[in-house]
Order: sequence, then C-alpha cells, then structure tokens
Amino acid sequence: MKTSATNHESVDRIVEAHLGEASSLIQVLLDVQAEESWLSQDALERISERLDVPLSRVQHIATFYKAFSPVPKGRHQVHVCMGTACHVRGATRILDTVQDLTGIESGETDAELKFSLETVNCLGCCALGPVIEIDGKTHGNVSTAKTEDVLKGYR
Amino acid sequence: MAHFSTPTELEDYRRGLVERNEAQRPCVSICAGAGCLASGASDVIAAFESELASSGLEADVDTRGTGCPGFCERGPVVLLYPEGTCYLEVKPDDVPEIVARGIKNNEVVERLLFEDPITGERAKHESEIPFYSHQERTLLSSNSLIDSRRIDDYLAIGGYSALVKALFEMSPEEVLEEVKRANLRGRGGAGFPAGRKWEGSRNAPETPKYVLVNADEGDPGAFMDRALLEGNPHSILEGLMIGGYTIGAREGYVYVRQEYPLAVENVTLAIRQAEECGLLGEDILGSGFDFSVQVHRGAGAFVCGESTALMTALEGRVGEPRPKYIRSNVKGLWQKPSVLNNVETWANVPLIINRGADWFTRIGTESSKGTKIFSLVGKIKNTGLVEVPMGMPLADIIYKIGGGVPEGKKFKAVQTGGPSGGCIPEELLNLEVGFDELSAAGSMMGSGGMIVMDEDNCMVDVARYFIDFLTEESCGKCVPCREGLRQMHKILTNICAGRGKDGDIETLEDLSEVACEASLCALGKSAPNPFLSTLRYFREEYQAHITEKRCAALSCKGLISYWIDPEKCKACLICLRKCPAEAIEGGKREIHVIDQEKCDTCGVCLEVCPARFDAVKKISGEPVPEPLPEAERAIAAGAGR
Repeated sequence: MKTSATNHESVDRIVEAHLGEASSLIQVLLDVQAEESWLSQDALERISERLDVPLSRVQHIATFYKAFSPVPKGRHQVHVCMGTACHVRGATRILDTVQDLTGIESGETDAELKFSLETVNCLGCCALGPVIEIDGKTHGNVSTAKTEDVLKGYR
Repeated sequence: MAHFSTPTELEDYRRGLVERNEAQRPCVSICAGAGCLASGASDVIAAFESELASSGLEADVDTRGTGCPGFCERGPVVLLYPEGTCYLEVKPDDVPEIVARGIKNNEVVERLLFEDPITGERAKHESEIPFYSHQERTLLSSNSLIDSRRIDDYLAIGGYSALVKALFEMSPEEVLEEVKRANLRGRGGAGFPAGRKWEGSRNAPETPKYVLVNADEGDPGAFMDRALLEGNPHSILEGLMIGGYTIGAREGYVYVRQEYPLAVENVTLAIRQAEECGLLGEDILGSGFDFSVQVHRGAGAFVCGESTALMTALEGRVGEPRPKYIRSNVKGLWQKPSVLNNVETWANVPLIINRGADWFTRIGTESSKGTKIFSLVGKIKNTGLVEVPMGMPLADIIYKIGGGVPEGKKFKAVQTGGPSGGCIPEELLNLEVGFDELSAAGSMMGSGGMIVMDEDNCMVDVARYFIDFLTEESCGKCVPCREGLRQMHKILTNICAGRGKDGDIETLEDLSEVACEASLCALGKSAPNPFLSTLRYFREEYQAHITEKRCAALSCKGLISYWIDPEKCKACLICLRKCPAEAIEGGKREIHVIDQEKCDTCGVCLEVCPARFDAVKKISGEPVPEPLPEAERAIAAGAGR
C-alpha cells in the first residue's frame, strides 16, 4: 500500500488530467481506482477538496457504483461471470467452487491479499460459458475440476 | 495522417485509397473481438505476423485484427482476402500451414473450413455457411472488412460519405424527414421512433443541445453494442454527427461501460483520428458545422442504461432516474435538449442517409423496419451475434441460424429483452421478431439478447435469477422496486429451495402489480416481467415446485436428490473419492451409497460416474429409494453384477 503522500500526488495528477471539473468526478474516481486498486478515505477526501465537491457526494458515488472498492484489492482479481448465458450453463456451481477454494465470498478479499472475488453480469464471451476471468485473462468452458486447476496456477 | 478541409479533399483521398486497391491486397483478417480473444485470437495474430515475416511475405500480405464477424462459437475466426476464405477455430499451430498452402500456394486448407454437420460438405466462404446465409448483415458485414483502429479502412469502404451528403446536399430538415420516413425505432429497448425524438429536440428552444450514445450495455448475455463499438466505432461517430447536425447540437457524448475496455479504447482512438483528419472539430470540411465528442466511462450500474439515470451520471452524479414530466429530448443533460440513442440505432443512421429511407423500409415488418442484431446464446449450437431482418420467425433464428439445441436436448423457451424481458415457449416459436410482436407475447425486444433454454433449465429458477439481478441493480429510489423486488426474490428463493407454500403465487402477483404501477423508471416498471412471463407460460412448473416439491428440470438444488443405483454401481470408488461433502459410503467391492443427510447435491458424483456404468441418478419429487442393507452391499470379485 502506498503512503498518503503518494496518494495525493497521483490524485492530484489525475484531477489535473480532467481539468479539475466537478462533472468529471466519476471519471477521476475510476482512474484513481485503476491506479491504486481501491479508494482510500484519504483519497476520497483529497478528491472532494480538489474538485470542490462535498465529501458526502463523493462517498455516495464511491458506494453506489460497482467499480469502486473501499478496501484494498488482492493480487489477483477473480471475476466469475453470472450472465444469463453462463447461468443456464451452470455458473452457480462454478461460483460455489471458487468460493470454496478461495475461502471468500463474492465482493471479498482474503486476508493474505491473494485473491479478490467479484461476480460480473456479462463478460460478452457467451460462447465460452461458463467463464471466469482472472487478471484479465479469460478461462472458458470451465467445469468444477477445471476451475480448481486454473486457480492452482495463481500464487 | 491526412487532413481534409473540403469534401473534395476527402473524396480525392478516398479515391486514392480505392485506386491503390487496398481492398484487393492479400490480407489475413482475424477476429479480435472479445469472444475470439478469449479463445486465443491474440496468439493467432502474433503467429501470423511472425510466420509472414519469416516467409518474407510481410510486405505483400497485411494482417489485421478486426471486429466481431459473429460466429463466436467457432472462434478464432480467420478470413483470407481477397478470396474471402473462412477458416474456423484456428490455433497458432495451424498458422504455418495456412501461410504455406493457403497464402503462398493459393490452396485451401480443407480441414479448417466449415463442415456441414449433416452432409459433411465443406464451405469455403462465409456465405455458404448456414449460420451466415440466413442472416441479413447490413451493419455487421463491415466488421471483418476493416481494422477498427485504422480510419483509412473505414474511409475505403465509403466511411463518412453519409456525413458529407448530409452536410452538403441536405438541410437538417431533410435529414430529419429521411430518418422519420425510415421509421427507425430505438434499438436499445423501448423502440421509440428516433425521428420523433430528434424532432422534439430540434424544436426545443433551449441551447446548447446534446446528442448522446448509450453504450451502457448492461443486459447479461448481450454484446451487440460492444461488437459494433469495438469493430466499427467510426460508423457510430458518423451517425452521431449526423444527429448533431440535424437537431443543432455541437457536442456529443459516448457513455460506455468501463467493463468494455477495448470498446473504450477503440472509440477514444477513433475520436482522436477523426479530429486529426478534420472530421471532428470546428467548421468540419468547410461546412460551418462544429462538433466534438467526449467519452464518458460508466462505473458499473445497470440502472444507468435508463435515459435519465444515464444523463445524471454524465453530470458526475449518482445515476438515479428522475421523473420525466418533460421528456429528456427537451430537458435532458444539464436540463438541456438531449437526444440519447443506442449504439445500434446510431450505426443505422449513415446507412439510411446513404441508401435512403426507401431502401431501409423495404427490410422488416409493417411496424419494425430494418435489421436487428441479436446475441444468440445459451443452449444453442451456434452461439454468436446474428443480424436478421425484422419479422424473421424466432424458429428460423434458433434452428436455421443457431443450429438448434445441442446434445439432443429438447427446446424449452427463449428469453428475450434482457432482465426486463420475458420467456417465450415453444408453441410461440413462429412469432415474428419485432417490437410490437414481442411485447404482445409478454416479452420485449430489449437490446437484443436472446437466450435459449432447454429441458434442463427450470423456469422458476430463471425468474429467480433475473429478479435477483434486478434486486441487486435497483438504485433504491422507489420503494415498490427496492422492497418489492426483495420480497419477490425471497419468495422465489423459497420456492426453489422447496419451502414454497400456497398463496405464494398470488403474493408475487400482487407485488408485481405494485412495482409495475408505482415505480418511476422502466427498470422498476418492467422488473416483474421475468416472473409474469414464466408464470404465464409455465404455471405448472411453479405449482409442481410448491405443492409436489418437484423440479421437473432437475435443476433446483433444494428439490433434487442423488442416489446410486445398486444394480449398476461397480464400486469403482471414483465418486466416493471426489465427493466434496464426503457423503458417499462404501469401499472396494462394496456398493456405494449416498448419505442423504450429508449430501449437498453438488452433482459431482453424477459428473464423474463413468458413462459405461451410469449408476448415479438425479431425482426430484419422489422419495429416495432405501439403500441396500449393509450386509448385501458386497460385490464378489469377478462377479459381474
């Protein structure tokens, strides 16, 4: 995790890239989230200050949209697709398996910061369902056994 | 990059591109859409680049990663131009052979062609493959002709000629008249006539005005807009600019969900290229028309696909819908007149301007004109994107294009319209697809998701799935949607878990009625649809779940049991070892028995039981047969039971 000083630096840079406009609040939050992998209270306060937007509104947005995380994310981002096409092909069982193997529920990060687990609504690779995506790499047509093999490959 | 200050300069440049015969140059075009990338297309692209380089063909043969041609099921898809030979499921290992035989010797690599499952005949071109031959691809056909990252490719196939025509040969009124005459209806869901929406904004007195692209494609199982934005972003920009010219807007926004990183990247790049060419900016091509476009990434909220919520999100606030006492085309973004159309709607605009409303209205039905792209997914042989004329019967889409349900299973229903849509049963498969036809059947067109379900899919579970989705995605502003859906989800979950009781269906109907009547936005109003449509066509499944505790599809975990047929079990130990709940008793030469108390019905035993034994059975609504007494479980060595 970075110190708050570095946080301010990157927040400031991102705010400036968006010309400091209040209407770009969501875009700023997305960029900070992408860079830091989470939105710390410190970062939210700094953004509120720099964009001149009340902190309550920043908090409202940071908790409303799914892209934002109020806690640090793990080293590996696991996304289990729960889209309709994956659902009818058994995605629930795949999610159960991932939860069993990682010991965390959707939306959580494990204590060692190894995995963060999220369910997503559609990755758009419906031909390959059920699909899981880890760190941006898609694994298609997964079964219970294959899910186990795939997860073993990440440390 | 070239810069154009007049339409003549653009046309001269275009003529140059066509004369250099770029289109006839040998080219390997590999689908780089999300589906094919997930099946390894980037490795195939890299393999072609290195193989062409090592064969010294680099300078003569282009390699381009293109948008999605639609046949995701058989990806990665490779097309060799100028012949148009279509190779399917190409692996990096196949590349040397394609280069050596297909490109150098002009032969055909038979084994990678499409093979008809019935006749065994091979098809060399897309047009000979049934998946494609029944489609009418006015929008998607450009995808495999262009590298979406090169504006020259788009210009070479006539790109931005509709803009030139609109700016220099037509008045805004004439453009509006053409779009109205084409009866172009919104492709995002409701099917509102685009021309009327535009007219309202055009006539609104306030300025500035805005034109917006809705690319917040949130329906699970739908990826039409993504394919268009990734594969042909300039066509959407061109449509948007024509819309801006018509209503008098100088600014446009593309609202695209950040879960589509490639779409964000490609459309951002397209805007930059158009700016550099002078196709965006001030005094475009000397016409006096100024226009700029910005990309806004959505941060993940299904409700932001709703028009007023999207505009609120664009303003940098929480995306909650607001009342539409005055329509958003009069008071929208920043309270100014704003035309919001879906990606596919905008993509149709240049075609209508170039080819005319008469051409457009020749395709389709009385009330639904043109083509529609569907993402055909679920229990279907040929998963992919299909573009068909409006009015094609559902059965043709599912059987002629989709190839029917795989593994010999029986078709049960097709779900259209996304979470707010409904399920259409087999007896209605002759229904022609169109906005009004689907609504009359209790479903809707939606943005074009089409999910096929077979006998293994439980319709109560499907309703529960969508209500769960919508409960999560409700923004929470209106009580009937926020609380009503939560109660509906609770009841449906109980029914699926075997805890259903008399009166549940009636309570669900009451909750549905209130949500439909008393919610502010379309999300809440249409949220009960998945329940209502499954109840309408599959009431007996609901009743079986509640009264007999039986799930006919053998899908609801709480209503099924697994047991091992003692006549068939060979005591092979496989299921016993694999069972994660350690619920299987038995041993070597001792028939296996599932302890029903411990079993959590995960189904691993059924999955791993060798097909030649076929000993594990799944049952629902009937008592599990008593296990054999322990004394009788032994199998004598060598005794073939």
